[in-house]
Amino acid sequence: MEKPNLKKLTKELGFECLSGKALLDRIPQSAYVSDLLSDVMGKARNGMIWVTSQVHKNIVAVASLKELSAIVIVNERPVEKELLEQAENEGVVVLASNLPAFETAGKLYNYLESWQDAAL
Amino acid sequence: MHFEYEIEGGDFSSAGKASSDIKKILKQLNIDPQIVRRIAIALYEAEVNVVAHACKGIMKVDLDAHKIKILLEDEGPGIENIERAMQEGFSTASDEVRQMGFGAGMGLPNIKRNTDEMRLTSVPGRGTTLEMTVNFSQ
Repeated sequence: MEKPNLKKLTKELGFECLSGKALLDRIPQSAYVSDLLSDVMGKARNGMIWVTSQVHKNIVAVASLKELSAIVIVNERPVEKELLEQAENEGVVVLASNLPAFETAGKLYNYLESWQDAAL
Repeated sequence: MHFEYEIEGGDFSSAGKASSDIKKILKQLNIDPQIVRRIAIALYEAEVNVVAHACKGIMKVDLDAHKIKILLEDEGPGIENIERAMQEGFSTASDEVRQMGFGAGMGLPNIKRNTDEMRLTSVPGRGTTLEMTVNFSQ
C-alpha cells in the first residue's frame, strides 16, 4: 500500500489545514518534534513533519529552507494571518492540532509507524 | 556571481530572506540538492546570528562553478571567547530571543558541520566576521 499523503493524514488525525491546501499531496517522511529552531535546522531531514508550539514567522523560513513537508502547530496556539500568508507564498503547509505536543506526536508516531509496518 | 545583502539587527521577521534567495539561485544552477541544503542551513544560522546579536551586518556571497564563498561582517558586541561560542549549547542570547526558539547554542556548530571551511574572527566591542566556503563537488 502506498504511504498516506498529508491530506489523508490531516483528515484521519483530526488536524486542521491552515495553509498550503494545494500541497497536501506530499507524502511525509517521519516527523520531528522541537521548539528550538537550530535543532530543527541541524537535525530534521527534508520531507519530515515538524511538530512545534512556536508560532512566529521564522518557523516558515526554517520549514522552507529545510524542505519539510509540513509544520504542525500544537495546542490550538493562535496563528497570525501574516504567518499563513508567508507560508502560502513559500509553499509551506501549516497544520493545526488541538492537542498538546506529547499527544500530537504520539498520534503521529503511531500513524506513521503503522504505515511503515504495513509497507514491510 | 556576486550578491550582497544587508541584515538588520533585531529584525527577526526578515531573517531567512537572504538564505532563501541564495537557495533559489543555487537550485536554478542545478547544484546538488544535498549541498544546497547544507548551504541553506549555514546561511540561515549565520543570518540569524547577526539578527540576534549584532546591530547590523552585511552578507557577501561569491559563486563560481566549483564553490560558494560567504563573508558576513557585522557591527556589534563581537564574541569574547570564540572557542566557547563554538561549543554546542553555549549561547549569550537574550531571554526574548530564546523564547522564540533561538539561542540554543547550536547555530555555530551547525555552520561548522555544514560547511567545508569556516573562519570566525571577532573584535569584542566592534563586531564579528564569519567566512564560510562550501564546495559544490564532494
